Amino acid sequence: MNVIADSGTMLRRNFRHTMRNPMALFNGVVMPVFLMFLMVYVFGDAFSVGVDYADYATPGLMLTTICYGIGATAIAVNSDMTTGFINRLRVMDVSRAAVLNAHVIVTMLRSLVAIAFVTGVAFLMGFRPSASFAEWLGVIGIVVLTVFAIGWLTVAFGLAAKTPESAGLAAVPLMLLPFLSSAFVPAGKMGPGARQFAEYQPFTPIIETLRGLLTGAPSAGSAITAIAWCAGLALVGYLWARASFEKRA
Amino acid sequence: MNGSAIAASGLRKAYKDKIVLDGIDLDVRTGTIFALLGPNGAGKTTTVNVLTTLLTPDAGQVVVAGHDVVTQTRAVRAAIGVTGQFAAVDALLTGEENLLMMADLLHLPKAQGRRIAGRLLDRFELAEAAGKPAASYSGGMRRKLDLAMTLVGEPRIIFLDEPTTGLDPRSRRTMWEIIRELVAGGTTVFLTTQYLEEADELADRIAVLDQGRLVAEGTADELKRRVPGSHVRLRFTGRHELDAAARILPGSARDDEELTLRVPGDGGVRSLRALLDRLDRHSIDVEELSVHTPDLDDVFLALTGNANKEVNAR
Repeated sequence: MNVIADSGTMLRRNFRHTMRNPMALFNGVVMPVFLMFLMVYVFGDAFSVGVDYADYATPGLMLTTICYGIGATAIAVNSDMTTGFINRLRVMDVSRAAVLNAHVIVTMLRSLVAIAFVTGVAFLMGFRPSASFAEWLGVIGIVVLTVFAIGWLTVAFGLAAKTPESAGLAAVPLMLLPFLSSAFVPAGKMGPGARQFAEYQPFTPIIETLRGLLTGAPSAGSAITAIAWCAGLALVGYLWARASFEKRA
Repeated sequence: MNGSAIAASGLRKAYKDKIVLDGIDLDVRTGTIFALLGPNGAGKTTTVNVLTTLLTPDAGQVVVAGHDVVTQTRAVRAAIGVTGQFAAVDALLTGEENLLMMADLLHLPKAQGRRIAGRLLDRFELAEAAGKPAASYSGGMRRKLDLAMTLVGEPRIIFLDEPTTGLDPRSRRTMWEIIRELVAGGTTVFLTTQYLEEADELADRIAVLDQGRLVAEGTADELKRRVPGSHVRLRFTGRHELDAAARILPGSARDDEELTLRVPGDGGVRSLRALLDRLDRHSIDVEELSVHTPDLDDVFLALTGNANKEVNAR
């Protein structure tokens, strides 16, 4: 039962970090909101996607919000590693699970708060989803699953990186992935190469699933692909994080 | 209780093909301060990491607090406290929160945790800063907080990896005081340092580590005696005595101005007695005699320098 008590202690600590460093949350919100203005007001009318652009772009922006928020996690995990904080805990026999779980849980909470905020802004900009209550629950479920998967990957990045700076950079590819997905334009309208990449990368099925749920036309196929991707990424992230945690002293 | 707190034999560790520890033997008695002295990259931190269960040795046996570090990790961890090379404090938490977090992780009852935290804050003169985030602390305060965090669990054996590196002289002295107090209370301290002065000042025994090997071990005095270069300086009242002494002591160096003679020798009691007997037999009066032993800096440079030459010759 030590794992639960220790997870609680570590969670309290990471929660305090977030409260004392509100910039992490702020950064995670500002960029997605800016992107939303850019996409919906500036470019939006130029894209013909068949539906209102705010409705089209919001699911992608939810995902983008996750990606902009995780840099802080990678850096926090890495500085725990490089300052010897994790070694201190290892010598105290604090379980690996407690340390890493706390980082993942706080990342999830922070992302969910940011996503709620960004979605609120989307409503102000004309986002009008037609999802039922059950479909909204589905949206929340997929978002939580995605944050969970990306959270574990980020923790693994943070543990594996040599310096906090390089850990921070680990989030960059994730920030770019939404642009090469169906987040802002349909994959079918992209050039060759980009189109195939967009079709087969994990963000596209996740975004398509969210889009389907929010417009009241869920697609079971993309939902299964999305869930499989999340489960796979979470597992890779978890195993990688565990291996890095054990290896580095 | 006067057995071994830490015993290692044939300790080896390599990263890929780079040998970091090449057969280390250590024996640290309970209740003493042991200093592992060596230049950067000698393998000090790797040694600490192996002794504290953070790294598994490739070969050799290590027993800490009576338990094997590989097979009885948990029992070892329960007995030791480690303060690493960098102050591993949580910069965003206050000093007090850092200590309370340690108490929580040790599953101490809340009231006991608060009591211990308060006592440590007082003892390390951090009470005033207890409510401020550790990020605002000076280097010396961070180190003190770091050590205080290690002490929350009241470990019997404490490992300090370069506890004073980067500290100003005053903070260093304070840290030394604290370390001495710990040992006075029966704790065993294993510290690494690259400062000879620190080893000389604190340690009961010193081992010199260079390129993964122990090149010397002993008390500070024993180590100093091991290097050539120690000599006895004799001062005479007049030129006549100096001439006479120089004649009977070949190999000595004279200084006519100062009326002194430098006689090479280890400064040990036996050789001193022989020297004095000899002067006596020739009825030479010596006004003043002093023994000059090299300081640890000489020892260190001689020991690690020779090792380097050996390596170069290979």
